[in-house]
Amino acid sequence: MSIRFSFGGDEHIFGEVSEGMSLESFFTSLSMTNAVREAQISGVTEICPANASFQVKFDPDRIKPADLMRELQSMEAAAARSDASLKTRIIEIPVLYNDPWTHETLMRFRERHQDPSKTDLEYAADVNGLGTVGNFIEAHSSQPWFVSMVGFVAGLPFLYQMVERERQLQVPKYLRPRTDTPKLTVGHGGCFSCIYSVRGAGGYQMFGVTPMPIYDPAQKVNYLKDEMCLFRPGDIVKWKPVTRDQYDAAIEEVDANRFEPVIRQTSFSLSEYNKDMAGTKARLMEALNGR
Amino acid sequence: MAVKIISPGLSTTVQDLGRPGYYHLGIPLSGGMDRFALRAANMLVGNDESAAVLEAVFMGPEVEFTTAATVAVTGASLPPKLNGAELATWEAFPVRPGDRLSFGFLKSGARVYIAVSGGIDVPVTLGSRSTYTLGALGGHEGRALKAGDELPLGEGTGGKGTGGKGSLPEALRRQPGNPAELRMLPGLYWHRITAEAGKQFFADTWKVAPEADRIGYRFKGGTPLDFVPREQPFGAGSNPSNIVDACYPYGSIQVPGGTEPIVLHRDAVSGGGYMMLGCVISADMDLIGQLQPHSPARFTEVSMDQALAARHDRKAALARLRAHLGR
Repeated sequence: MSIRFSFGGDEHIFGEVSEGMSLESFFTSLSMTNAVREAQISGVTEICPANASFQVKFDPDRIKPADLMRELQSMEAAAARSDASLKTRIIEIPVLYNDPWTHETLMRFRERHQDPSKTDLEYAADVNGLGTVGNFIEAHSSQPWFVSMVGFVAGLPFLYQMVERERQLQVPKYLRPRTDTPKLTVGHGGCFSCIYSVRGAGGYQMFGVTPMPIYDPAQKVNYLKDEMCLFRPGDIVKWKPVTRDQYDAAIEEVDANRFEPVIRQTSFSLSEYNKDMAGTKARLMEALNGR
Repeated sequence: MAVKIISPGLSTTVQDLGRPGYYHLGIPLSGGMDRFALRAANMLVGNDESAAVLEAVFMGPEVEFTTAATVAVTGASLPPKLNGAELATWEAFPVRPGDRLSFGFLKSGARVYIAVSGGIDVPVTLGSRSTYTLGALGGHEGRALKAGDELPLGEGTGGKGTGGKGSLPEALRRQPGNPAELRMLPGLYWHRITAEAGKQFFADTWKVAPEADRIGYRFKGGTPLDFVPREQPFGAGSNPSNIVDACYPYGSIQVPGGTEPIVLHRDAVSGGGYMMLGCVISADMDLIGQLQPHSPARFTEVSMDQALAARHDRKAALARLRAHLGR
């Protein structure tokens, strides 16, 4: 695997680890960006890992583009060899699937959808050959997901499903992006799920909403006082389907600033995961539920 | 020591030179879209060039000053009026307590920068006073201004500056041509389109679409792109313009569905799943901020050396402003 480097104008270097998504590519991207951060290169202003690629922004008045390019290329071999493991967290996210707010929104944008006769969940169940919405929700919520990128808008996580490739849920994005998406919508496009941190435009299919804020620019939410954005690349997420009553109760807790998310420290090793996926996931679920 | 908003215009926000360092969380740089004009406005009133100013798009606000200060309006040709009397843009003028600044109709360009001596002193959030409205972050309460808002001014109000006398002649300003020429460095996913489509992209004259804001500028009216056929990679999505969601550089030109290019600007979304043809060079980002919907634009191919030379030229143009004002 060799990284494809490209300049993005005169202020960015873009590196594509692979065209397709895999956790191997994610870890190479993470190793590259960690190496760039540790090198403390003068003139580098932003270091952004992504799913299977990364980007470094720089000030060409302080470092010549060609010099930075050479320096990044020299880091590639070490990044590819680095140990793909990390200390991380597993976070439980309550989800009200099939909620009234995303339903109202998706009905407003049916003409931008592949199949205007179905809801996003019905369509997703159909294209994945799962038959019913209930089966789809089960497939979506029963297995953990890996945060392989943070971005698009502030604090939005991209989530990669931790199952064999042939079982991964894939759903096309809307034909044309919507101009509106409710805040905290759980969406899906390509092989990635996401949580829309703010209300706004979006092209992912909409499956439900979480009552749990993940971005707080005012830094008043009790668990977002130190960091505005909850998610970091490498976090692991487990969806927890909730009923409308449970959702409403959680919203009350959030409004009173008493909501305590379930977040547990854990670790993840890609080689262990590749050797024993079921065992690794069982250990993660134990970390989440085991006390 | 404040500026009171009587009416906010179409969308007026507090902006400075931006908020680097948080793009990996999806929090963009923000700051003035036309930074050349923003710096010039600050120079005219004697501020540090990075001081926070008001950025107004298409329609000016009406504001009242509660203190004596020096004010300058740069950027678009949107004539300022002090207590109803028209004044020039790119020129400093003094204001007294109770004076009202309003604006006539837009003649050309898109955005004005209103600098007040002392600078707009809203709280600094993550190192900047810039407003990022999509994330409800920075500026005044994380949003565009509303009637009744009061913005404090910083230290040195009315003190430093040109005493309301300086001006910057037209020859020293920088504005887009007609059609606007946006220089771009091909790269990123340029290889995904055919050679013929690449030639046509530069040959076409595009028009700014109505969907043009601080996040990005959409262009329409050109030829849809032909893609090089490939089996779509795992996780990318089925449209040939889809990629596995990746980072988006500032100035990057994405083309969803291969039809209408979008150039991401200061409030860019930090990543997503559309292929990009390359980036508009840093020197020409200011110009995009002055384009109105329906105005024509062309993309011109440049090399890295030409991009760096253009960047150097822009810095030299800013140095000429400083020299002219004796700074």
